[in-house]
Amino acid sequence: MSDTATSHAAHGSPAHRELGFWRTYVFSTDHKMIGRQFIFLGLFMLIIGGLLAMMMRWELAWPETEIPLMSWVPEPYMYGGILPPQTYNAFFTMHATIMIFFVVMPIMVGGFGNFLIPLMIGAGDMAFPKLNMLSFWVGFISGLVMLSSFLVPGGPAASGWTAYAPLSAVPAFTGVNWGQHLWIISLIILGISSLMGSINYITTIVNMRAQGMGYFRMPLTVWSLFITAILLLLALPVLTAALAMLLFDRMFGTSFFLPQGGGEPLLWQHLFWFFGHPEVYVLVLPAMGVTSDILSTFSRKPIFGYHAMAFSMISIAFLSFTVWGHHMFVSGMNPLLGTAFMMSTMVIAIPSAIKVFNWLGTLWGGSIRLTSPMLFALGFVSNFLIGGLSGIFMAATPVDIFIHDTYYIVAHFHYIVAGIIFALFAAVYYWFPKMFGRMMNEPLGKLHFVLTYIFFNATFFPMHILGVGGHMRRIYNPTQYEFLQPLQGINIFITVSAFLLGLSQLPFVVNFIGSLFAGKKAERNPWLANTLEWSAASPPPHGNYDTPPVVYRGAYEYSSPEVKEDWLPQNKQLGPGATAARAH
Amino acid sequence: MMSWLPEDVSTFGGEIDRLFYVIYYITGAAFLLVTALMIIFLIMYRRREGRRATYTHGNTTLEIIWTVIPAIVFISLSFASVSTWGKIKAHAPPPDVQLQVTAKQFNWEIVYPGPDGKIGTEDDVQVDNDIHVPVHKVVHVILKSKDVIHSFFLPNLRLKQDAVPGKDILVWFEAVKPGKYELPCAELCGFGHSGMRGWLYVDSPEDYAKWVQTTWPAK
Repeated sequence: MSDTATSHAAHGSPAHRELGFWRTYVFSTDHKMIGRQFIFLGLFMLIIGGLLAMMMRWELAWPETEIPLMSWVPEPYMYGGILPPQTYNAFFTMHATIMIFFVVMPIMVGGFGNFLIPLMIGAGDMAFPKLNMLSFWVGFISGLVMLSSFLVPGGPAASGWTAYAPLSAVPAFTGVNWGQHLWIISLIILGISSLMGSINYITTIVNMRAQGMGYFRMPLTVWSLFITAILLLLALPVLTAALAMLLFDRMFGTSFFLPQGGGEPLLWQHLFWFFGHPEVYVLVLPAMGVTSDILSTFSRKPIFGYHAMAFSMISIAFLSFTVWGHHMFVSGMNPLLGTAFMMSTMVIAIPSAIKVFNWLGTLWGGSIRLTSPMLFALGFVSNFLIGGLSGIFMAATPVDIFIHDTYYIVAHFHYIVAGIIFALFAAVYYWFPKMFGRMMNEPLGKLHFVLTYIFFNATFFPMHILGVGGHMRRIYNPTQYEFLQPLQGINIFITVSAFLLGLSQLPFVVNFIGSLFAGKKAERNPWLANTLEWSAASPPPHGNYDTPPVVYRGAYEYSSPEVKEDWLPQNKQLGPGATAARAH
Repeated sequence: MMSWLPEDVSTFGGEIDRLFYVIYYITGAAFLLVTALMIIFLIMYRRREGRRATYTHGNTTLEIIWTVIPAIVFISLSFASVSTWGKIKAHAPPPDVQLQVTAKQFNWEIVYPGPDGKIGTEDDVQVDNDIHVPVHKVVHVILKSKDVIHSFFLPNLRLKQDAVPGKDILVWFEAVKPGKYELPCAELCGFGHSGMRGWLYVDSPEDYAKWVQTTWPAK
């Protein structure tokens, strides 16, 4: 194996040509630039999504009072800074849509997926660089279409990110006409972007792994992105079909989802959640992969149960297509189906539990360094633990009757989906040196973690209590209900915590922008990690590697007895006495 | 946390709450166990000069144990849920009182059968947003919707069911304590969703008779 490696080296990298501003920074076909573009797009949208949440929280704590600084918004969107119910509905719809489709997906899948896949498998670029560029720009247009819906008469979509028909299918029911049309069109466009991306990821991983990089030597980050791409490929066309039907119902009166015309409202829910549940794993799997790699690196220890980790992700992917009905226990669906979906949901909890225990196993016996990326990865594990456990309540059908559509659900999915932000930050702190060639500031990173962790929990944990108290989701003014009066103090506490959570992101903004320009220059391998990307320059040039790397072992040979150092890169060739290592 | 549950006044609510508590204790124990181990490991195995991390790729026995135990717990929870779910959803006891609730943006239209006991006849009584039922009687509600999906939510009876246009969905309950209980809509139904609510009045037999006498047409 090692003999052929040297002959490959002569091949060399393509000469780095000067491409000019437009081809380098805007219409780039370099996976690393496209990855950065996705990340900047996502971070920009994160600010919008976050500000929408702040205005909603103000409304929930102090209903129908003037939101500071917002009196400039014209009527009928706001009245002297006071949010009317219609705008409130539009805000939570857009908050969820933006956070899911334009923050977590672009950053985790589009951004880190693009940046890391070729680097981690030892390839020079993606299989289809032009398709890759197209994928970003189509996604960008989709984002513009989504944001433009804020500007049309009637405002943006206001039927929730789940867009349940018939509310979403007839303009008169929400009073939103073009806002909802644009919402649908934007997501159809985004589906095309994601399909192009996922085809590229799958092709690249199947065909372009470096010599010696067997599937079971791939880092778990690559495994997670591989499975995510397959999920996207299978689930997104279902959403696209459903969205097209919804658009037809709205524009041409086709009545796919309207009973008066022979349609069926529950059909939308089946189609939407058939996409929607795999979508949850599209969001969370890359976070799990990244977390696994970071925990291993900073514990200086091989990931515990590598095969179990890979197979648990594969089984999660299969099972994720069988659990959609657990969103519909009180929808009027046949109760027997409810029982079947409860069973499949309990089964999918098993691989999730395995992952948490394996992360614990990785920490056990390690030599743990609490760096910023490690702290955020641990924060993700802690959030995923709470979100996973709270999911068991709603999997149990009788309990779900009570907590369905309450803040218990809101608490649960924020611990999972907003919890992913912790893995997202972990990834930014970890790969920033590789991405931009500079280190981020550690003390600021730790401050960012401590504040974010405290106020994240102070914001989302009390939502469980609201849910137990019966507090419905998506209500504009909780004080309209007598039975929610005693809970209003908790709403105020959550709102204050949410504002502080927002402010806690300032150290990150300062750190990110400051480090971009003035961070300490990064070496190739600042964390002493094993995976291939750390053997490339920081940042890697066009084409990534001077010589195509050859892989001799798995990604997690930390503290191996074969070498004196506590890391052993995947592409490091050991002397003939050390052949045993290759068995891994 | 669980002390925030609204008072339960239904016959099946106790079973739901019991299951709620069981899951709460199991997940609470799992949370404490994992979090405690995590903190202990972070302290015990923090970086120290001269100590090298243990080189291990896993432990098959351990992994089998922590796969099988959650599997047993999750499957047991499913079986524990099945009978309660069936009781609430599939095996409604015969009705003492029947009424029809039609949801629309943004009200509950309540139709009582009137003196002849049949819904859909001339002597039906229609009221917006107020439901009167006698205590200790099985009540059947036919849920309908005129426009979008709404959700009929009685927190104190641990009852929630979506009202879906084009469908007649049967729900039932039996209240065990007289009182006035809120009936919010729990599914987003438009700009008036917040504030769409009614009241359930659970009356003593005497009060119920009095209400029937004053509200329903004479026989």
